Amino acid sequence: MIFENYNPLEEKRFQVMDETGNIVNPDLMPNLDEKTIIRMLRTMLQAREIDLKLVMYQRQGRMLTYAPNIGQEAATIGSISVLEKEDWMVPAYRELGAMLWRGMPLDKMFTYWYGNERGSHMAEDLKILPVSVPIASQLLHAVGIAWASKLKGTTEITITYFGDGATSQGDFSEAMNWAAAYQTPVLFICQNNQFAISMPRSKQTRAHTLAQKSVAYGMPGIQVDGNDVFAMYAASMEAAERARTGGGPSLIEAYTYRMGAHTTSDDPKRYRSDEELDSWKGKDPIARLTKYCLNKKLVSEEEIETWRKEYIAEVDQVFKQVEQNSDMKPEEIFENMYSKMTPQLQEELDDYKNYLAWKERGQQ
Amino acid sequence: MPELNLLKAVNLALRQEMRRDERVVVYGEDVGYEGGVFRATEGLQQEFGEHRSMDTPLAESAIVGTAVGMAINGMIPVVEMQFGGFVYPAFNQIISHVARMRNRSRGRYTLPMVIRFPYGGGIRALEHHSESMEALFAHIPGIKVVIPSTPYDAKGLLSSAIRSPDPVIFMEPKRIYRAFKQEVPEDDYQIPIGKAKVEQEGTDITLIAWGAMMQETRKAAAVLSEKGLSPEVIDLRTISPYDSETLVKSVKKTGRVVIVHEEPRSFGTGSELVTMLTEKAFLYLEAPPARVTGFSTIIPLPRGEQHYLPSTERIVMKALETIQFLT
Ligand SMILES: Cc1ncc(C[n+]2csc(CCOP(=O)(O)OP(=O)(O)O)c2C)c(N)n1
Repeated sequence: MIFENYNPLEEKRFQVMDETGNIVNPDLMPNLDEKTIIRMLRTMLQAREIDLKLVMYQRQGRMLTYAPNIGQEAATIGSISVLEKEDWMVPAYRELGAMLWRGMPLDKMFTYWYGNERGSHMAEDLKILPVSVPIASQLLHAVGIAWASKLKGTTEITITYFGDGATSQGDFSEAMNWAAAYQTPVLFICQNNQFAISMPRSKQTRAHTLAQKSVAYGMPGIQVDGNDVFAMYAASMEAAERARTGGGPSLIEAYTYRMGAHTTSDDPKRYRSDEELDSWKGKDPIARLTKYCLNKKLVSEEEIETWRKEYIAEVDQVFKQVEQNSDMKPEEIFENMYSKMTPQLQEELDDYKNYLAWKERGQQ
Repeated sequence: MPELNLLKAVNLALRQEMRRDERVVVYGEDVGYEGGVFRATEGLQQEFGEHRSMDTPLAESAIVGTAVGMAINGMIPVVEMQFGGFVYPAFNQIISHVARMRNRSRGRYTLPMVIRFPYGGGIRALEHHSESMEALFAHIPGIKVVIPSTPYDAKGLLSSAIRSPDPVIFMEPKRIYRAFKQEVPEDDYQIPIGKAKVEQEGTDITLIAWGAMMQETRKAAAVLSEKGLSPEVIDLRTISPYDSETLVKSVKKTGRVVIVHEEPRSFGTGSELVTMLTEKAFLYLEAPPARVTGFSTIIPLPRGEQHYLPSTERIVMKALETIQFLT
């Protein structure tokens, strides 16, 4: 009973693996097979390489605004990995690791961030909602999806992600209240990365922890070391089992750190110190799991190097394709507005095509 | 006289109004310490302190809702919404209270307050960072909607907005935040809300636009002039209440009009202006009033934006069609 032992009002933080990769809480170490642990490590490495590459492309002028996930790989992968294929994922925009885990194709993700809606078109069997930019708005969708699962009598659960800043929005309160009142099977994963752009977590709310906010809604809540993939997994698994067996929603505050910029348009040096960043580098979730895996001889340094190179090469190759295939035809702007194109939209499209033809004829 | 871009002109207006009247407070997400994500409020916290230039929790409804209370209790809040796409959590406060408090209380409670935000496309941004939805706000009786298109106007109009006894939505065309500089007097000056500006006089056709679309419209006017035509160019400057007098006068002279806007076509500001012009200048019209606008669609992500946003060429084509109508 992890949640019970880590009462948020007592301000405890749940950890299984410390910064050096040692298991400090063996009783609560989740029972994961080697294959899964290696997959976790690999997905984290892949997410990291994608972030580094896309940020670099942005600097080179090849990429638009991008929101990197660096430092938050354990928070997303540790939680998403408790889901079954039938379960739903409702993201914000900083869940690359979770998307990769669920099998979201790279070309789709890149296409989205490269500025084409085609990137938000999920395959039929991929139960992931499109990226949601308006802060906290997606939480209500998660509650609705989970409510429908419950009404339909399925065992599906829904996981949803949001940041520390999102907890100030009305939609957060409404979603938490509703989910608890109707006992909908939702996992609320708050990635407390300590900042909402320039706004530090301490100024966002007077509450000592974000996990505490669950209490007033009548929902189990817990603060977890979000850079510890095992702790994230164990807490999420307990919440998932509760949700699947009619026990309703849970709030997990993943206590982590955004090691990169908010987005490529942001300069974090304006509002936080190098020392603070450096102190978090020692807590890097990937370094931690790598140490664990090396100690246990689950992987070798050489293997890790090989994987990294493969990931980098894959990003290179997929991104080039995306660059070449992302232009939008005028039709694409109109086609998905309604189930059927309305006469009015058809007229606007025809007008626009007339204009293109006029331009083509040398403005005659 | 300093040469400033539009963004710096906004900053200067805020600074001067805060110096002039200590009731003026500025707040919003990342507005204080950071100076705003576009730096519109840069330096204000340093000069005026944390009690006058404030960071807020991430909650637009709260930002606008508290501004209503602040204004009722003697302050002049000038609040920022980070982007036009993120005003909507505050829409309830805007439509239910900001717009209605004066009328509801029969003038006992009034709301001298400004809600400012960057709007519009053309900067290759993420979803919700590009829309242009002025008609949505203009449709609400009880608030004023102002959009500058030059640095000079930005300062004069924002200064007026802050001194206005009525609540003002001040939309800033972020695409041209840094597009060009202009001489902006340090001296105090206001540009009246509700007055359009005839930027270029002409006799063949009236081109009406505002905000970032003024740039395309100015270029289109130059192309038309090169072709030997004489366009009149009007910057609407205030969407609501708009300056029908100036528009009607112009259209009575030219008999032809093209309205350019970035917002979606249907139920857009253009629809209102065309109706008004048809009502007031019907017998002077020599061609159907025309519009060059964004489509009645969601503004696409950056790879499709160039189709959506009215271009100089689209304006030129429509203007030529209108001029050639039945001639
Ligand atoms: C409703 C709304 N208001 C403002 C924004 C602009 N904005 C984008 S991200 C962000 C900060 C979000 O912080 P947090 O919820 O902590 O998530 P993080 O970005 O740190 O992952 C803001 C203010 C937005 N996207 N939506």
